[in-house]
Amino acid sequence: MSETLTDTPASAPQAARPPKPPGSLGRNLLGWLQAAPLTLVLLAFLVAPIVMIVIVSFWRATEFSIIPDFSFENYEFLFGSQVTWRVFMATFKYALITWAFTLSIGFTVAYFLAFHIRSQTMQIALFLLCTIPFWTSNIIRMISWIPFLGRNGIANQTLQNWGLIDQPLEWLLYSDFSVILAFVHLYTLFMVVPIFNTMMRIDKSLIEAAYDNGASGFQTLLHVIIPLTKPGIMIGTIFVVTLVMGDFITVRFMSGSQKANVGRLISNDIALLQYPSAAATAVVLLCTVLIVIGILLRFVNIRKEL
Amino acid sequence: MERRPRSFYVLAAFFGLFVLFLYGPTITIGILSFQGEGGGLTFPMRGVSLHWFRDLFQEQAVGDIWGAFRRSFALGLMVMITTVVVSVMAGLAFRKRFAGSGLLFYLAIASLVIPSILISLGVGLIFNQLGLKIHWATSGFGSQLTWTLPFGLLIMFAVFNRFDKSYEEAARDQGATAWQTIRYVVLPIIAPSLLGVALFGFTLSYDEFARTLLTAGSYNTLPLEIFGMTTNVTTPVIYALGTLTTVFSFLIIGAFLFTVWFMAKRRARHGSDAGKGV
Repeated sequence: MSETLTDTPASAPQAARPPKPPGSLGRNLLGWLQAAPLTLVLLAFLVAPIVMIVIVSFWRATEFSIIPDFSFENYEFLFGSQVTWRVFMATFKYALITWAFTLSIGFTVAYFLAFHIRSQTMQIALFLLCTIPFWTSNIIRMISWIPFLGRNGIANQTLQNWGLIDQPLEWLLYSDFSVILAFVHLYTLFMVVPIFNTMMRIDKSLIEAAYDNGASGFQTLLHVIIPLTKPGIMIGTIFVVTLVMGDFITVRFMSGSQKANVGRLISNDIALLQYPSAAATAVVLLCTVLIVIGILLRFVNIRKEL
Repeated sequence: MERRPRSFYVLAAFFGLFVLFLYGPTITIGILSFQGEGGGLTFPMRGVSLHWFRDLFQEQAVGDIWGAFRRSFALGLMVMITTVVVSVMAGLAFRKRFAGSGLLFYLAIASLVIPSILISLGVGLIFNQLGLKIHWATSGFGSQLTWTLPFGLLIMFAVFNRFDKSYEEAARDQGATAWQTIRYVVLPIIAPSLLGVALFGFTLSYDEFARTLLTAGSYNTLPLEIFGMTTNVTTPVIYALGTLTTVFSFLIIGAFLFTVWFMAKRRARHGSDAGKGV
């Protein structure tokens, strides 16, 4: 529908502008050329899909097809349903609990690597050891919890052998517990890396100064290291919170389809071919995530931290 | 060297447990994939055999996993090359602070943090409405790029923030053209980081699930195939498959790390000619 519009060159308005100092236009032009592939990909596969979702969220669906329309039916249904509120609450709950665990584990690991390992080779080796799982399949990593947590899994057998329990625990697999465990397992990395990165850039003399002035190890941690590590913590937080809030597959797999979050709400609608309803939920999810990020970004300037 | 404080040992133990937590499950399914023929999804092992691996190669118990593997591999290579080229170009662009660079940067960050299912759903809808065929090499390819490119770009930022500009200036002072400066000075210096970008591009694509879910069309990639198996396969054959793909990932990572290490070593040997002149 808008094909004729997109044919207009993007730089057309530039020609009308008053001439700029010569260096600036040349620099801009080269910059635009070099950034063009990235821009095109993001326009086609990020911006356009979001626009499409927003449009479709106002459409209606029959059993077999979706019909262009401008109706608020999907949103009315969404906000009018008890399920929506419960599922959003569950999503926040997963995000919050996962955040607390990944932050405390990730911070401790990064702290150990940055301040207790003295040789740089060792530091790199151990850091890689922590990051390698990131490059392997999430699905496989989820599957690999089954022999641990199942009814006759390693955890239950061990606890029974030790005489701690008589009956196998049922809540180990297919429960909130296993969902959060998998989240922590998959995403702690996203905390370790940025926190480690900021810690490595802390000037060691600041820490020495703190000790020289009589601060205890704990006081140094609290008043020197943590404040200086805040940007890394924020970046890790953004990663973990958005990954957990947008997830649908971990919750489905690790809860055996017994628990729900917003992502699953969307994917269920998709499975039923209710695209407009899925799109409306997706729009609300997107707004929620953006608000959360907006709040978090007030604390950090990402571009400076790389 | 001073004695290590007691906190070191506590933290070291914590770190050890963390590594065990990271790798323990993977190792467990590695062991269980050698389960005997009568064995199930959990311990005890009923004998040791290669039965489940053999099952994988017979293509009856499972779907078209070798086709899926080939597709994932091809897609991984496509995404890898594109990610490297596009990230380097964008990285160079961002050094110039061109008009609109701030907006593009936030777009890239948005691409990273946006829930994957939105990309999947949106791209699927667009292709449907435009009457285009959904295929892993078109819609799937584009969707995966929205995940790998931001990582590539962030790495390029990290690289160029640490880049010593005096090398470039020296090259230009000696009469190199802009292209020569990039080709013979900048690219060789950042080459090891480009390997990092390539590693991200390939592995993230190879394992990508959520963004490919609705954009792969009728031919599944490997992660989609594996996920499909989780609902109807209840034998250790799925562990065997998991073990094989994980081993494959490890081999890829190992190859990249080895190349980086090898390049660094060669560079250390040949890099400087200090002291060789006068």
